Amino acid sequence: MATKTSRPGRTLALFLAVVLAMFAAAAAIGSWKPKLGLDLQGGTRITLQAKTDTGGGVTRAKLDEAVGIISSRVNGAGVAEAEVTTQGEDIIIVEIPGAGNKDLERTLGSTAQLRFRLVELVQGPPLPQPSAVPTTPPDTAGTSPAPNETASTPKGTSSPKTPSPATPSPTTTEPPVITAPTGEPSPSKNRAAARWFGKRTTPTPTADTASPTETPTTPAPTTPAPTTVPTTPGGTPGAPTTGGPPTALLPPDLEQIPDPLNWQPSAEWQQKFLAFRCPEAGAVAQEQDIPSQPLLACNEEGFKYLLGPAMIEGTQLDNATAELPQTGTEYVVSLDFNDEASEIFADITSAIASKTNPMTGQQEQFAIVLDTVVISDPVVDEPILTGQAQITGSEADPFTQDSASALANSLKYGALPLSFEIQQVTNEGPELASNQLQAGLIAGVIGLLLVVVYCLAYYRGLGLVVIASLLIAGLLVYASVLLLGWAYGFTLTLPGIAGLIVAVGITADSFIVYFERLRDEVRDGKTLRTSVETGWARARATIIAADAVTMLAALVLFIFAIGVVKGFAFALGLTTLIDVFVVFFFTKPMVTLLSRTKFFGQGHKWSGLDRQHLGMPPLRRSPRPVAGEA
Amino acid sequence: MSKLGEIGARLYRGDVAIDFVGRRKTWYLISLAILVVAIGALLLRPLNFGIEFRGGVEFNAQIANPSDHVKQVNDAVVGTGIEAAANPQVVSSGQSAIRVQTEPLTPDEANVVQEAIQDAGATEVSKASIGPTWGQAIANKALLGLTVFVVLVVLFIWAYFREWRMSVAAIVALAHDLLITVGVYSLAKFEVSPATITGFLTILGYSLYDTVVVFDKVRENTRGITASTRRTYAEGANLAVNQTLVRSINTSIAALLPVGAILYVGVFQLGSGPLKDLALALFVGMAAGTYSSIFIATPLLAQLKMREPAMQAQAKRVAARRSATERQATRAAAVSTPDVPVTAPSPRPTGATVATKTAPRPVSSATAKRTQPQRQPRSKRGKGR
Repeated sequence: MATKTSRPGRTLALFLAVVLAMFAAAAAIGSWKPKLGLDLQGGTRITLQAKTDTGGGVTRAKLDEAVGIISSRVNGAGVAEAEVTTQGEDIIIVEIPGAGNKDLERTLGSTAQLRFRLVELVQGPPLPQPSAVPTTPPDTAGTSPAPNETASTPKGTSSPKTPSPATPSPTTTEPPVITAPTGEPSPSKNRAAARWFGKRTTPTPTADTASPTETPTTPAPTTPAPTTVPTTPGGTPGAPTTGGPPTALLPPDLEQIPDPLNWQPSAEWQQKFLAFRCPEAGAVAQEQDIPSQPLLACNEEGFKYLLGPAMIEGTQLDNATAELPQTGTEYVVSLDFNDEASEIFADITSAIASKTNPMTGQQEQFAIVLDTVVISDPVVDEPILTGQAQITGSEADPFTQDSASALANSLKYGALPLSFEIQQVTNEGPELASNQLQAGLIAGVIGLLLVVVYCLAYYRGLGLVVIASLLIAGLLVYASVLLLGWAYGFTLTLPGIAGLIVAVGITADSFIVYFERLRDEVRDGKTLRTSVETGWARARATIIAADAVTMLAALVLFIFAIGVVKGFAFALGLTTLIDVFVVFFFTKPMVTLLSRTKFFGQGHKWSGLDRQHLGMPPLRRSPRPVAGEA
Repeated sequence: MSKLGEIGARLYRGDVAIDFVGRRKTWYLISLAILVVAIGALLLRPLNFGIEFRGGVEFNAQIANPSDHVKQVNDAVVGTGIEAAANPQVVSSGQSAIRVQTEPLTPDEANVVQEAIQDAGATEVSKASIGPTWGQAIANKALLGLTVFVVLVVLFIWAYFREWRMSVAAIVALAHDLLITVGVYSLAKFEVSPATITGFLTILGYSLYDTVVVFDKVRENTRGITASTRRTYAEGANLAVNQTLVRSINTSIAALLPVGAILYVGVFQLGSGPLKDLALALFVGMAAGTYSSIFIATPLLAQLKMREPAMQAQAKRVAARRSATERQATRAAAVSTPDVPVTAPSPRPTGATVATKTAPRPVSSATAKRTQPQRQPRSKRGKGR
C-alpha cells in the first residue's frame, strides 16, 4: 500500500512515462510492424534432430558446431534470411521465410561429409567467351597465362576463407590433361596456394623428415623431384591416360580403384570434368560424394575440380585449430590426424611432396572437401609423417585470424560424427499464412469487443477504467513485442496471437477481482474512497496469486512446448506480467483518482457504483458521508 | 445487469445463499456422472491423436468451395500411386481449404503429392510432414510437461495455502477439470494436437486461478475461526463461494468471451489448426474450472476440514451459541429489546445457518427486506470494529 493516502497522480505519471519510453525505444528501432512468424507470413520450417553416429550423446558444444554446419549448408544453398536456432539438447530449427526450396530438405538432412582427396584436375570459373585458345600449357603459370583468366580468377586476391587453388589450370577450356605434362612446373612462389606443413610448434621425435627448415611463405623449390614417388609405378608423371585406353571404359559409378594415390583420371572422367559446371550460387550440388569414387566438385570461387577417391575421412581428424605460431606472424590451421590417418597422410605427403601433377602442370594438391565443396586445396612441399599437420596461407593470400578460424571450424564440423534427421517440415504458403493472420486478427477484435461490451454493460463507469486498462495493456504488449522482436528476434505466431487474445480475458479478470472487491466494500457501507483502498488491499493478494499461477503455467508451457506453441506460452507469460504492471500502476491509481470525482465518488447512476446498481436500498435520509472534497 | 448486481449484493450479505457446501452430495453425484461418461468415452473411444503425434504428412490446400473439391483432391492424391498416400484423409477445412493427411512420405514423395493436389485445382498447397519417431517424442515431452506442471502446482498450492486440505481439494478439482475436458475430446472425436496439450496445461493454470480466488475468500472468512462462534468452517466456506459467485461468473465470462472468439474463427474460418485446437480445450476446460472451483473444490475442502476435531468442537460451540441466541432472541422479540449482544455480530444467522438447517432461511430472506433498515447501522458498526 505504498499509495495509501496516495499520490495516484504521481504513480500514473510515472507509469505513463514508462509506456512512452517504451514507445520511444520502439520508434528508435524504426519498425512499427511486429515480426511475424512463418505461419503468418509464409515460409518453411525444418526441425532437425542431431544424432551421433557413434551412439554417444550430443553435447552442447557439438550442437553448436552442428548449428554451424547447418547454417553453412543453408547459406550455401543461397537462402536469404534463414534463421537457425537450437531447442533443447539436440534439436536444430531452420526457419526460412518465403517460398520453399525443395532441395534444401535433402541437403540439410545429410551427414557432414568431410574428406581429403587428391586434386587431379582443376579449372577456373568459365569465362564469358570460352573460345580461348586451347592448350596453353600452364608452364608460365602464375598470373601470366591469359589475361582473361586473371581477370576472373581470384588467384591473387582469393578470399581468405578458401585459399584459392594454385593458379588453377589457367585459361584452358580444353582439357588441360592432354597437353599438361609438357609444362614446366610453375615456380611455386607465384602460386596462391595454401600449403601443408608438418607441425612445428610441437616437434615430436619422429618429426625428423618434416624438414622444418622451410618457412611457410618461401616454399620449396619447385623442381619436380619425382624421386619421392616410391610406390607409383603407373602414376609417374607424363603418363596421362590420354585418348581412350580400355580402362577408361569402366562404368565410373562403380569404378574399382585399388590405389587411390596413383589414380589417374580416365578419358571418361576427363570428359565429365569438361562437361561439369559448378552449380549456380544457391543451387545445391548434384554430385554425390561417394568416398571410393572420384568426385567433381567446386570451391566457393567457382573453380572446378576433379578429385581422386577419398583417402582420409573427416572423422579421422582428431582436432583442428587456428593458431598463431609463436615464431610466426601469420595464422595457420593445425590438424591432428588419428593414428590410422597419420600413416595414410604420411604416405600421401611423401608421395606428392613438391611433386608436379602431370595433368595440370601444377604442384600436387591435397584438397579438403566438405559437403562436396572444396574448402582448401593446399600443396605439399614436404612429407609429413607425424600426423600433425599445418596449413599455411599462401604468400599472396595469407591467413587472417578469421579465415584460419573459418577453415578450422569447417574441419571440425567435418570431423563431427553427427548426422541430422529431419523430424518435421512445415511449409506454409503465403495465402494460408495471410488467411491465418487475418483469422487471428479477427478473433482478437471480436474477443476484445465482447469483453469491452460486457465490462461496460456490467460495470458502466468502471467499465471505462477496464477499457482504458486493456488499452494500456494492449499498447504495452505491442511495444514489448516490437522491442523483443528487435532484441531477441521474437516473432509473433498464430498461437502467439491466440495467447494474446486469451490474455485479454485473464487481464480483465484482474480488474473484475478488484472491482468486485471494491463493490463488496461499498456494500459493507464503507465510503468509496475507503473501499478503494481496503478493497485493493484484499484484491491485491488474490491478483498476485492468480497471476503467479498463470505465470507458472506459461513458464512450464514454454519449457515443455515444442515448436510453435512456444509462442502461445510466451505471449501468455508476457501479458500476465504486463497485467500485473497495469493493475498496480495504472488501474489502481486510476480508480483512486476517479473515486475523488463527483461522478464516481457520489455513486452516479452510471458510475457502476450507485447503490441501486449494487443492490442496495437507495438512501433517503442523510446522504452518506461521501468521499471528501471532490 | 443491475439484477446481477442485486443478486451479488444479496449473496455477499448472505441474504441469499446457495448451499454449495451442504448439498455437496448432489454436486459430487453430478460430477461423478459426468466423469463416468468421460472415462467411459475415453476407454471406448481412444483419443484421436493428430498427425503431430502420429507422424505423417498433412497438406493444406487453398481452394475455392472446398467441399466441392474433396473427391477431386482425393482422387489426385490416390492417383500418384504412392503407397503411403493410398489412403489419404481428405476433408474440407474452413471456408477455403482442404486438408489432406497421409502416412509418412519421403521428401520427394511429398513433393509429388503436393504437386498433384496443386494440379487438382488448389491455388496453393502448404505442407507439414512429421517423422513418426518425432511424434512419439513430442507426446513424451507433453506428458513430462503435464507431470512437471502438476508437481509444481501442488508445491505452489502447498506453499500458498499452507494447508494440505486445500491442496488436496484444489488438486481433485484440477483432475476433475482435466478428465472432463479429455472426455469431451474423446466424445466429440476432436483431434489432439500439441496445441490441444498446450490448451490442457493452460486449463490447469486457469482452473487453479479460480480455486485460488475462492480459497482466498474462504481463508479470509475463517481466519481465527477457532476463537469465534460466529460460524462454522463449512459455513464460512459456503459464504465464501456465495460471495465470490458473481465474481466467478464474471471472470469466467470475461475469459470465455475471447476464447469463444478464437474458437469461432478457428472452426469456421480456418477449419483446422492450432487456433481451433487451443480454443476448444480452453473453452471446455475453463467452463469446467469455474464449475469445479464452486461445486467441487470448496465443498471438498469444507468436508475435509470438518473432520478435524478442532473444527468439530468449534461447530458444537457455534451450535450451542446459536441455540442460546435463538432463545434469547425469542425472548428479546417478546420484550422488544433494541439489540442483541454485541458479542454476536451476526444478527442474520440466515445465510450461515443454511448449511446446517435449511428451514430458517426462507423465513429470514423474507424478512430480510423488512428488516434491512435496521441492519444498516449494524453493519456499519461491524465494519468500524
